[in-house]
Amino acid sequence: MPKSATPSRLAVRKTYKLYVAGKFPRSESGRTYLVDGDNVALASRKDARDAVVAARAAQPKWAGATAYNRGQVLYRTAEMLEARRAEFKSLGVAGAEVDAAVDRWVWYAGWSDKIAQVAGGANPVAGPYFNLSAPEPTGVVGVIAPGSLLGLVSVIAPAVVTGNTVVVVASNPQAAITLGEVLATSDVPGGVVNVLTGQAAEIAPWLASHDDVNALDLSGVGDPELATELERAAAGTLKRVIRPSSGVDYTEDPGTGAMTALLEIKTVWHPKGF
Amino acid sequence: MTATATSRLSGLPDSPADLRTFLHGLPGVDKVGIEARAAALGTRSVKTTSKAQAIDLAIRMVDLTTLEGADTPGKVRALSAKALRPDPADPTCPPVAAVCVYPAMVPTAAAVLAGSGVHLASVATAFPSGQAPLEVKLADTRNAVADGADEIDMVISRGAFLAGDYAHVFDEIVAVKEAAGPAHLKVILETGELATYDNVRRASWLAMLAGADFIKTSTGKVGVNATPPVTLLMLEAVRDFRERYGRQVGVKPAGGIRTTKDAIKYLVMINETCGDDWLHPDWFRFGASSLLNDLLMQRTKLTTGHYAGPDYFTLD
Amino acid sequence: MSLFEYAPAPESRSIVELAPSYGLFIDGEFGEAKDTFKTINPADEQVLAEVALAGPEDVDRAVAAARRAFESWSALPGSERAKYLFRIARILQERSRELAVLESLDNGKPIKESRDVDLPLVAAHFFYYAGWADKLKYAGLGPDPRPLGVAGQVIPWNFPLLMLAWKIAPALATGNTVVLKPAETTPLSALFFADVCRQADLPPGVVNIVTGAGDTGRYLVEHPDVNKVAFTGSTEVGRQIARSVAGTGKKLTLELGGKAANIVFDDAPIDQAVEGIVNGIFFNQGHVCCAGSRLLVQESIASSLLDALKRRMATLRVGDPLDKNTDIGAINSRAQLDRITELSEIGAGEGAERWSPPCELPDRGFWFAPTIFTGVTQAHRIAREEIFGPVLSVLTFRTPAEAVEKANNTPYGLSAGIWSEKGSRILAVADQLRAGVVWANTFNKFDPTSPFGGYKESGYGREGGRHGLEAYLA
Repeated sequence: MPKSATPSRLAVRKTYKLYVAGKFPRSESGRTYLVDGDNVALASRKDARDAVVAARAAQPKWAGATAYNRGQVLYRTAEMLEARRAEFKSLGVAGAEVDAAVDRWVWYAGWSDKIAQVAGGANPVAGPYFNLSAPEPTGVVGVIAPGSLLGLVSVIAPAVVTGNTVVVVASNPQAAITLGEVLATSDVPGGVVNVLTGQAAEIAPWLASHDDVNALDLSGVGDPELATELERAAAGTLKRVIRPSSGVDYTEDPGTGAMTALLEIKTVWHPKGF
Repeated sequence: MTATATSRLSGLPDSPADLRTFLHGLPGVDKVGIEARAAALGTRSVKTTSKAQAIDLAIRMVDLTTLEGADTPGKVRALSAKALRPDPADPTCPPVAAVCVYPAMVPTAAAVLAGSGVHLASVATAFPSGQAPLEVKLADTRNAVADGADEIDMVISRGAFLAGDYAHVFDEIVAVKEAAGPAHLKVILETGELATYDNVRRASWLAMLAGADFIKTSTGKVGVNATPPVTLLMLEAVRDFRERYGRQVGVKPAGGIRTTKDAIKYLVMINETCGDDWLHPDWFRFGASSLLNDLLMQRTKLTTGHYAGPDYFTLD
Repeated sequence: MSLFEYAPAPESRSIVELAPSYGLFIDGEFGEAKDTFKTINPADEQVLAEVALAGPEDVDRAVAAARRAFESWSALPGSERAKYLFRIARILQERSRELAVLESLDNGKPIKESRDVDLPLVAAHFFYYAGWADKLKYAGLGPDPRPLGVAGQVIPWNFPLLMLAWKIAPALATGNTVVLKPAETTPLSALFFADVCRQADLPPGVVNIVTGAGDTGRYLVEHPDVNKVAFTGSTEVGRQIARSVAGTGKKLTLELGGKAANIVFDDAPIDQAVEGIVNGIFFNQGHVCCAGSRLLVQESIASSLLDALKRRMATLRVGDPLDKNTDIGAINSRAQLDRITELSEIGAGEGAERWSPPCELPDRGFWFAPTIFTGVTQAHRIAREEIFGPVLSVLTFRTPAEAVEKANNTPYGLSAGIWSEKGSRILAVADQLRAGVVWANTFNKFDPTSPFGGYKESGYGREGGRHGLEAYLA
């Protein structure tokens, strides 16, 4: 038999679908758009609606988990993220940025059981009362994410480490869905993070006006007019809105602001007496 | 617990265990809340005609008291005379409700008060500690009644109460009530020693279940005597007890009430907690001595329009 | 007629010297405006004074004055700003009787509340924030927190001077300057406060008071040179403000409406719970955003609790706000009385059972008897809408989970109450309630050190405590 040359192997490509409720569904609209030659799901308003339902369903249990447990789960995510370093690089993310994203995730993971101590505390009221302020998650957060992987991590991690659940509209679909895969394989309960790919201008208004969304992070909205329109729509149910002034440098120390913006301070009073 | 004692009211707990369950099933008392409520009632402003009316009512509610080792027949006779005519200069001034003395002084007081309508109360049952055998307490009670007392102020065994032996306390009250016969029984809880409001509520109900005609805060012989919140709590207890069992019980704060201002705060408290039915000397008393003279001075101020001085009122 | 009636015990109003008219306080001076309006005593409908109505140009002047003053005020060492605030606090204490009487005259609230609650808290608030002025770098808000600039502040009529204190004290402590608009029906105490500022030699322009109605407030919050907007009032107006501020980069805090659940479990300290219910809904005529306006009572004790509540309500004294024995004063305005009346009629129309104790209401002025509605369900409008009056809706529940579910079943989330003697139950329920302030075995307690503010449509941001600084710092 003649010795034949080994045929070159055909690669198995990844299909980029949405990440909602811990699953990877196509858009209910059946639409896709092309990104670097890949067909990527083009999310619709109904996908946004479904994602909010998933986020709301997941929220009480996620918030109710112990802070220690949330920290463990998020650290596991960082481990998985590190393991996908090569894949993110192949998507065009610089190695240094992947490293920074992993480090950022670890940084936030560690906040899970500390932020309440920093943001809350006992209040010395002038009377025989125990008085304690403690932060609680705001609820379901709609996030219009910035394009970079570090930016994406820098808006998702502070929201979820504090017990919120998120619906993310991603503008860098492959990296975002890959992050979804990381989350799906790292003990983060389904629905805690939901990733929609598509057009922010199409989906974001539905999140901004949704009665069951508690907060809106506009960090990734480039168009100031769209941002103002979204901010105005968010006023309908008095959502908390994060709108960074301009040009955030995600490599800088983020401080605690991104977490405290998505926390509500609850103050409990109780009398003291025998 | 005796069957006879428990048969008087229907629906009573009929075993020590039941009694405990019952008392511990009463609603709790929040300390800060009840103290705030008592303080708020204390801010009522009672002026002019209401004040005049309140002062006369307060005088009529005084159990004019002397409970000293140094009490003598002379002292008790003087006190009893004052009870009948608190302000010799003003015949419109009403007499007090009662004179309250040790058993040994009952005959002396009885001689002055006989037929006057002013009651004669005697502390009995090894007052103030209550630390004596039951037979001694009962004999003490019977003597006082036989000598002319028509009201008996007994003390409960705080030791037994704090040890959780509610049935013991219950049975003692029942026995003293029986020994007191026709005399009205005031049961002193010594709330300063019971320490918590929850205990005061339980002791109040315990005393009422056992047959007390009055519940009284204190002996006047310990560090903490009548306070507004404790009295408020006892007023709530008599109010709730009547609602549940249909029997009305009186309240007597004792010790530490010295000024008209204080007395009026208590009247306001009755008014807004129990209402008209308790605004009467049959159902509310002040165990006091120096209070009377302050009431008289304020009364004179209202009638004459100028401030009065202590030299113008009899010492006892 | 009870055996023991309290004779009238009116606080003297001679301690307050009212001028026939008041101007705007801008740049340290009182000045006139083109238009004026009248402020009345809601207890007798008599005019108290005529007050300037600030137009857009007046608001411009006030903002410009605040802007000018910001330069030097924000540059002052914190310790100097602190001393101004301490000084103001002291003057407020010394003038507290006068200001309490004034507040009761203009607002209709009982003197015992303005005297024992409002004014002590007003002074305490200034004392508290005075101490922060030179300690901001230790507040955990970054190493070098900076003031925002000019704060436009709009406050409601229910606690006129206290809301002013909640707004002005932290703003000044953090180095901002302010333009404040008091409510249309209660402008006087803010104008007296302006006089306090002058007495304290506060530099001109640091505090400016513009009186007027809704339009004046709108000019202020929409003014382009305002950096920070703080509003306390209705959720509807809060929504409009959030819309108008969108895209401007102004920092916004909102303290809005509420429909708080006051939850009474079967193991509650009953007598204190009754007091807490009464305090929760009848304090300040129920004109309280955090009022416990929905009573959720465990079904097993509902009837005995309601008996006790009714008995207690029968002792409430409604009438002359200046009488020291008055528990419930006048409704603040005709408009508010109309709204309370309308919602109560809707409640009765929807089948809820209405009850008020017998009580004689004065002939003149605006009055509403303390009222409870029983047999209310979540579907009734009186269980969902803020009435902002002395009207309590009573609902029942069977289990703790049901209580929490019903308590949270509202777009609001400002406050809540829990009554139970069981510690673990209190903590679990407090955890699950979606409300910014949870009072367990107490209600309507306030303190300058304790942050106050809502979840959801009750607004955002906190006032009071360390958290209250955040709203005024970058």
